[in-house]
Amino acid sequence: MIALLRRDLALAVRAGGGFGLGLAFFLIVVVLVPFGVGPDRSTLTLIAPGILWVAALLAALLSLDRIFALDFEDGSLALLATAPLPLEGIALIKALAHWITTGLPLTLVAPALGFFLNMAPDAYGYLLVSLALGTPALSMIGSFGAALTVGLRRGGLLLSLLVLPLYVPTLIFGAEAVRRGVDGTGATAPLMLMGAITLGCFALLPFASAAVLRINLR
Amino acid sequence: MPDLGKYAFEVLTAYAGSIAVLAVLIGASLRRSRRVKAALEAVERG
Amino acid sequence: MSIWEYANPKRFMDWTAPVMRVAFAVAAACLVVGLIWGFFFTPDETRQGSTVKIIYLHVPSALMAINAWFMMLVTSLVWLVRRHHVSALAARAAGPIGLAMTVIALITGAIWGSPMWGTYWAWDPRLTSFLILFLFYLGYIALWAAIEDADTAADLTSVLCLVGSVFAILSRYAVNFWNQGLHQGASLSLDKEENVADVFYIPLLICIAGFVALFVALVLLRTRTEIRARRTAALIARSQRA
Repeated sequence: MIALLRRDLALAVRAGGGFGLGLAFFLIVVVLVPFGVGPDRSTLTLIAPGILWVAALLAALLSLDRIFALDFEDGSLALLATAPLPLEGIALIKALAHWITTGLPLTLVAPALGFFLNMAPDAYGYLLVSLALGTPALSMIGSFGAALTVGLRRGGLLLSLLVLPLYVPTLIFGAEAVRRGVDGTGATAPLMLMGAITLGCFALLPFASAAVLRINLR
Repeated sequence: MPDLGKYAFEVLTAYAGSIAVLAVLIGASLRRSRRVKAALEAVERG
Repeated sequence: MSIWEYANPKRFMDWTAPVMRVAFAVAAACLVVGLIWGFFFTPDETRQGSTVKIIYLHVPSALMAINAWFMMLVTSLVWLVRRHHVSALAARAAGPIGLAMTVIALITGAIWGSPMWGTYWAWDPRLTSFLILFLFYLGYIALWAAIEDADTAADLTSVLCLVGSVFAILSRYAVNFWNQGLHQGASLSLDKEENVADVFYIPLLICIAGFVALFVALVLLRTRTEIRARRTAALIARSQRA
C-alpha cells in the first residue's frame, strides 16, 4: 500500500500538470471573484469563506479524472486489480494520494488567499480546520465519481455533474463552520458533523469505488 | 370559469406549465414506444 | 410459482399490457376529476386567495418526485442482488419521470411562492433539497445515456443510485441545518391538526391517486419500450453474427 502511495505521489509530482494546476486554478478563481462582485471590502469579508470553499471544491474537481484514467488506459489498473492488495485498498490509497496532492496544498494555501479577500481575522483558524477536515471527503467522493466514469471516453463533464451534487453536504458544513465560527455561534457542531461525513466516506466509499472499478474492468 | 381574483395569472400559469411538462413527458414516452415497437416488428419480420 | 416469474421479460410484457391500460384509464379519470374539482369547485382560501388551487399539482408531483427515486432505489437493489434485467430497465424508465415530477414541483412552487412569500425562489431547506434532487436525476439520466454496454450501464447507475440516495438524505439534513425554512409543514399527515381543510383534502387525494396511477402507467410504458429496444438490439446482433 505504501509503495502504491509513493508511486502515485511520484507520478503526480513528476507529471507536473496535476499538482500545480489545481493550486493555480484555486488562485485564479479567488482572484477573479473581486472582479465579479466589485472591490467593496466589507462584501468580500462576508463572502470570503464561501468563495474559498467553493473554489477549493472546484480545484479538487479539476484533477479528479486523473485518479484512475491514466492507470486505466495503460492497463496498470487491471494489473493492480490482480495484485494481492484488495481493490478497496487501492481505491482508498488513490483517494489519499489525490488528497495529498490537491486537498492538503489547497488547505495550506487557503489562509493566504483569505488575505486577498479581506477575510475576518477570526475566520482563518476555522477555515484551516474545516478545510483540513473536509477536503479528504472531497477526494474520497471524487474518487468514487472518477471510478464511475473511468471507462468513458469523454467522462470529464459527466464526472462533474455526478460529483458536484454529492459534495453538497460537505460544502454546507464546511462553509457553515467558518460562518458560525466568526459569528461566535459555535463552530463545533458543523465541524463534528463534517468529521462524521469524512469518516463515513472513508469507511464506506472505498467499497463502492472498488465495486464500480470491478464493473468497469470486466 | 371560476373567479380567480387577483391571482388568476399565477394559478393559470402553474396549471399551464405543469400540464405542458406532463404533455411533453407523455408525448415523448409514447413516441419512443411507437418507434421502438415499429423497429422491433421490422427486425422480427426479417 | 414465485413473484419473480413476473419479471421474466416475456411474462412481463404479457401481464403489463392490460395493467398499463387500466393505469392510464385510472390516471386520466382521477386527474380529470381531481383537477376540475380542485380548479372549479373549491373555495378560495382566506389568506392565499385562489393560489391555493396550485396545491393540486404541487403536492402530488412533489410526492411522486421522491417516490420515483425510491422506486429507482428498490429496482436498482433488485438488479444488483437478483440481476433481473427488467428491474434495471424499470429503474431507467423511472428516471425521466421523476425528473419531470421534480420540475413540476419546482415550477408550481415558484409560481405559488411569488405572491405568497414575495419571491419566486428562497433558499429554504425544502426548496433547496428539491433542487439537489433535480441535479441527482440529471446525473443519473446522463450516466445511463453515456454508457454503451447495457449491463455495465445498469450496474454503474445502480451503484450511483445507492450512493446518491445516501447523499440525498445527508443533503436533506445538512440543508436543514444550514437555513431555517419558509415552507409550511406537512399538508398531509395523520396528525389532523396541521392538515389542510377538508374542502381541499378530498380533491387533493384524488389528484394524488391520479399522479400515482400516471406514474405507474408511464413506468410500465417506458419499461416495455426499453425491453423492446433491448430485444431489437439483441436480434440485430444475432443476425450480424450469423
